[in-house]
This record gives sequence, structure tokens and C-alpha cells, in this order.
Amino acid sequence: MLSKNTSGILKDLQADIQRLEGFRLNGHSPVDMGLGTLNDSFPNSTFPLGAVHEFLLEHSTDAAATIGFIGGLLSALMGSNGTAVWISSSRTLFPPALKSFGLEPDRFIFIDLKKEKDVIWAVDEALKCGGLSAVVGEMQQLDFITSRRLQLSVEQSKVTGFVIRKNNRSLSTTACVSRWKITSLPSEPVDNLPGIGFPKWHVELLRMRNGKSGVWDIEWRDRKFIPVFKSPTYDHVQQKKVG
Amino acid sequence: MSKRFVSIWFNHLTTDWFALRRVDLKKIPFVLRSPVRGRMIITAANTVAEAQGIRSGMMLADARAIVPDLEVADDDPSLVERLLTKIGVWCIRFTPVVAIDPPDGLILDVTGCSHLWGGDESYVGDITKKIHSRGYDVRVAMADTIGVAWGAARFGKGSLIVAAGDHQALMSLPSEALRLEGEVIDRLYKLGLREVSQFIRMPRQALRRRFGQSIIMRLDMALGQQMELITPLQPIEPYQERLPCLEPIVTAVGIEIALRKLLEALCFRLHEEQKGLRASEFKGYRVDGKVEKISIGTNHPSHNVEHLFKLFEPKLSTLEPALGIELFVLDALRVEQQLPKQEKVWEASGGLDDLRLSELLDRLANRAGSDAVHRYLPDEHYWPERSIKVANALLEKPNTPWLAGRLRPLQLLRVPERIEVTAPIPDYPPMLFRYHGNIHEIVRADGPERIEQEWWVEQGQHRDYYRVEDAAGRRYWIFRLGHYREASFQWFVHGFFA
Repeated sequence: MLSKNTSGILKDLQADIQRLEGFRLNGHSPVDMGLGTLNDSFPNSTFPLGAVHEFLLEHSTDAAATIGFIGGLLSALMGSNGTAVWISSSRTLFPPALKSFGLEPDRFIFIDLKKEKDVIWAVDEALKCGGLSAVVGEMQQLDFITSRRLQLSVEQSKVTGFVIRKNNRSLSTTACVSRWKITSLPSEPVDNLPGIGFPKWHVELLRMRNGKSGVWDIEWRDRKFIPVFKSPTYDHVQQKKVG
Repeated sequence: MSKRFVSIWFNHLTTDWFALRRVDLKKIPFVLRSPVRGRMIITAANTVAEAQGIRSGMMLADARAIVPDLEVADDDPSLVERLLTKIGVWCIRFTPVVAIDPPDGLILDVTGCSHLWGGDESYVGDITKKIHSRGYDVRVAMADTIGVAWGAARFGKGSLIVAAGDHQALMSLPSEALRLEGEVIDRLYKLGLREVSQFIRMPRQALRRRFGQSIIMRLDMALGQQMELITPLQPIEPYQERLPCLEPIVTAVGIEIALRKLLEALCFRLHEEQKGLRASEFKGYRVDGKVEKISIGTNHPSHNVEHLFKLFEPKLSTLEPALGIELFVLDALRVEQQLPKQEKVWEASGGLDDLRLSELLDRLANRAGSDAVHRYLPDEHYWPERSIKVANALLEKPNTPWLAGRLRPLQLLRVPERIEVTAPIPDYPPMLFRYHGNIHEIVRADGPERIEQEWWVEQGQHRDYYRVEDAAGRRYWIFRLGHYREASFQWFVHGFFA
């Protein structure tokens, strides 16, 4: 009885702190991304929707892993009738592969632009469009002012945005709700059979507004995220270094 | 479907109109007069006067000599057209396409109308009866062509309804029924050609030489071999709005105001008619005679002022007013039906038919060009580059399901890139490969999956695809082009797996 009371008080206090920190529920009904233990890192234990998430690419060969992880998130987000817009100036995404993430490739609309400036403009326009489930933008750079503009757009429309940053030589702070870095990991053999196992990624959550950062190894198996184990304690100093 | 026309002939149009206003004029001889070269000429006579031998075209003094108690009124030259227009508009209840045929008739395009009255007889009968009850004397004839209907109404004997495909009706008509000039008719009569049947089989060249081109044209029109156009009284209006300016407009603000005004007017009309525009053009007529124009297109029919204005907005700067624009014209080049959607009680996450999505795509395509927006559908090919096709429309559904069984890479290179490999024995995946100068040691591999070149599309060698994973955990899709035993085989990397 007493412990129940204390946990209730703790929850209230946490909510108070979040309110003081400027966290607002934006009216989205929570969608379970199937991320399991990762949920503890998110504010209110739900993946923040109606916000812009930033994904860093350390190396261009990590793009596939990053897109794969986003694909897993989209499969929960888009449901049976959602539409997503994919904006890029150098798209290599092969639509049929989305099927293995439980997504209907014909529900995606690809915007292929030539100029980087147009990509940012198009992402902003798409994020303002209320009818979409998600917007994915592949861009070279994202500065603070642009990110704040995107954030203001999603606050109006409640669309969830994913920005893949290809060039992170100068990592500036952004107004995005989170910052992720996904890299490939060698797959585990299934039942000791030869060949390639399920896709496995090293997921680093470098920053999460009103949440906690963390590092996990996650496998994509049977159209579900399977967190394999939590990586050893994440160095706090490293977190500061990346901003 | 063959065309059908009705010609209505008012034998005493103007005198009937006067009789409607003074009932006693119906019973007594009554004529209308107008001065021609200093003499009073009779322009119209009623039935009673005609019975006593008075014709239009006679001099009034002569007529007075025949019938001393002749009632006379001044003719108004614009009266005929005014009356015909009024009755023509009233006739739109019978068919939407009504044209006036001065000096004394109406022409109705009644193609596909008469079955609504239960047949040609009751249709023509109804027209005759209704106009009679308004106090006008008429003869109504129906035929396949305007020419025959016109002739039958004025000169036809017996039934005034000429059955479809009946050319005999034309034969029995007198020569005047062909709507020829007076002197041509005179010449025909001089030669004893009183009926159409007498000269219709004559050689064309001879007819043309003696009576001019017009007789050939009128014959062709009557036979339906030459199109005859009529001008409907209420033409189907084009979707166009105009804004003339008192002072030439030179500023961007002025142009924006003009565009917004025109859009509001056009969209109001489209909204009333439940239509939406798919393509539109905005034109500015400059003082120096040049025309500046910009155009837009939309994915869905739209009559949303704000949305259309946004589509025009980025292009407005390309309008060069120079010395000023004095007339703005907004044309809806393509208009489609837009049925109002049922309003949703709650806002669900929209699918592909969401209006907001199509408006977004309009904006994107408007700025970046329509080739920037892609949506893909599965195509029935195994060859990876051909396994998808670009969808034509936003709502186009896939004909075949997406292939789920075969693993495909998330990223596919547009052109496969050459790699150098070390492979142990034929048909085994390689041990390591060099890509972009880095050596990747292959730890795990799956395959091969052989994909044959489709010989009916393109000639070439087959590909043996392997999924491989290097020591760093990156997964690649590589293939060998051709057989091992051929010396020409090559290795390529084609994609990356998640």
C-alpha cells in the first residue's frame, strides 16, 4: 500500500518535472513501436510523435542500417492506411525492400529533388501537411534555425518527421527531439545454420528531450524489434562530446 | 448517332405579336410598314390581309387601293430579333441547343431529345401546341439536317416529320426550300427547275457554273454531307474570368490582388457547379501588346482559392509587367467534376486520397517539376531494375502484389558498381572483395539467387546474386554477371541490406 503510494507520488513528481521542463503532450494517442526496454528512455515511456527525429550517418555505408531502423518505426506508425513522403536529393532506397518491414511500398511518395535547398523546403512543406503519417528527409546538413523551423511545422500539424543527416562533420545543436546513430552489427546465426541471420543494429540514442540517452543492440526479426541486450554503461562524457 | 434538327417557322411573327396586344387586330386586315427609299413598304401582313391578296413587299399605297380599311402600324426593325431571342430562350425547355434563324424562324438541335416526349410525333406536336397557345402561328418540321427541316417547315406538304435517313423528302421540296438567294431561285425557275428532284442529280460542275457555289453548298448541307454550325442562344460558357484595369498595373502587389480576385470569382462559379479545375492559365495583357502568362496544374480537381493562389504565387515573379498590364484573364483550361466529400466527424490519418496530400504534391510539383514526384508499383519482372514501375496516378492500385518472399536490399545502386573479388571455387560466394578501395572480408553469405535476363526485353547475361556480410556487419548484395567458365564474367555490388 505504502509502496503504491510512493510510486504514485514519484510519477506525479516526474510529471511535474517534465511540465517544468516544457514537455507537452501533443494529443497523439501513443503508438507502441515495439521497442521494449527502449521505451524507458522516452518521456512518459512513449515514443515521441509529432516531432522531428534526427539520425546521424557516421559513414555512408550505415545508411542501410539507419533506413532499416526507420523502416521498423514506420511500420508501427503508418498502420494500414497511412502515407509517408520520402524526400531526398540522392535517393538509393529500393521500394520493394520496404515490404520486408511490413510496409506497403505503394503508400510511399518519393520526392526526388536536385538541390539541397529544395530538399529542406520540401521537408518543411511536407511536415506542415496534416494528412501524412510520417515524413523522411535525407539531407546533408541541418542547422539550428532550419531544425527549429521544422519543429514549429510539426507542432502545428502533429506529423512525425525523420531527418537523416549525411554530413556530420560539424555537429551543431538542433531543435530536434532526439538524435540517433545506427550502425550495422554482424548478424547472429539462426539455429547454427550457415548464412546471414536477421538484421542487427547498434542503436545509439545520443539525445532525447525529456528522456534518457542509451545504447542498445537491436535485431529486426519477424517484423518486430528484438532488443538483444543493453550495451555496457554509456559514458556520460561521450554524450557531452556529441552535444 | 445521327443528328436531328427541328426548324420552327413563324408565318406571322410580328403581326401575331401586335395581335396579342390588340385582340381586334386578329379579325381585320392588318399590315406593318416601314419606309424604304421614300416609299412606304409593307413588311408583314396578317392572315386576313394575305387572304385579300396583300403580300409583304407591296407598296402601302397599292395595298390601300385593294383594301381601303387596312389597319397599319409602324414596324420596328429590331422587333424580330428580340422576339425570336425571347421565344428561343423559352424553347430551351425542349433542348439545350437553340439558335435563332432570322427573319422568321428558330432552329433546335434536338439530337437525343424526342424520346423524352415519347417519340418524334408527340415531341413536335407538343412544341407546336405550346407555341400556338402563346398566340403564334407556326409550322414545325423535324429532319436529319437543318436544310431539310427548314425547307419542310416552310414548303413541306403532308407530314412535317422527316424520318431519319429519308432523302426522298428533300426531292419533293420546291427549289426555294434550299435557302438560296433570290436571283438563283429566279434563274432556276426560268429554266423550269421548280423542284429539288429536278436538278439534284445534275453534274455538280454544271450546277456550279450556272448557279454559283452556293447551290452546291446548300445541297451538301441539306444532304448532311457538309457540317452546318449554329450558334446556340445560351452557349456553354468557357471557364474564364477577366479583369480589365483602369490604370495599367505594374506592381507585384497589384498583380497579386488581380489574381486573387479572379480566382475568387472563378472558384465561386466552380463551387456552384460542383466542379474543380485541373489546369489553369493566368494571362496579363500588356500595354505594349504583349501577353505574359503563367500556368499551373493540379492532381485533383480543386476550387480552393488559397491552394490555387499558392500554386501561382511562386511563378508570379516571372510575369513582366514592363509598362503595365491592362487586362488580366484567368482561364480554367481543364475542368472536372468534383463531388463534395462527406465531412468526417473526426480527423483520421489520411490515406492517399487525402485532399491535403494532393495539395502538398501540387505545391511540390509546381516548384520542382512534376518529374520530382514518384510513386512506385510492382511490375511483373524479376530483374531488379525492372521490378518496379512509376505509378501514373496517385490512386492507382497495384495490379500484382509486392513480392514478399525474395529479400531485396533497402538501397539499390542505380548502376551496379564493379568490385574485385577473391572467390574459392565456382558457384561459391567470394571470400573477400575490394569496393571503393577497401577490402571487405566476407564472413557470412547466402545464395546464389540466379536472375536471368529477360530475353524478350533485352539480351544479356544472367546474374548470380549473393547476400554477403562483412566482418563489420555490413550486408551487401553482390552478383556475378555470366558463367564462371566464360572468361568474361564480372563481379558487381548492387545494393545494401539493412
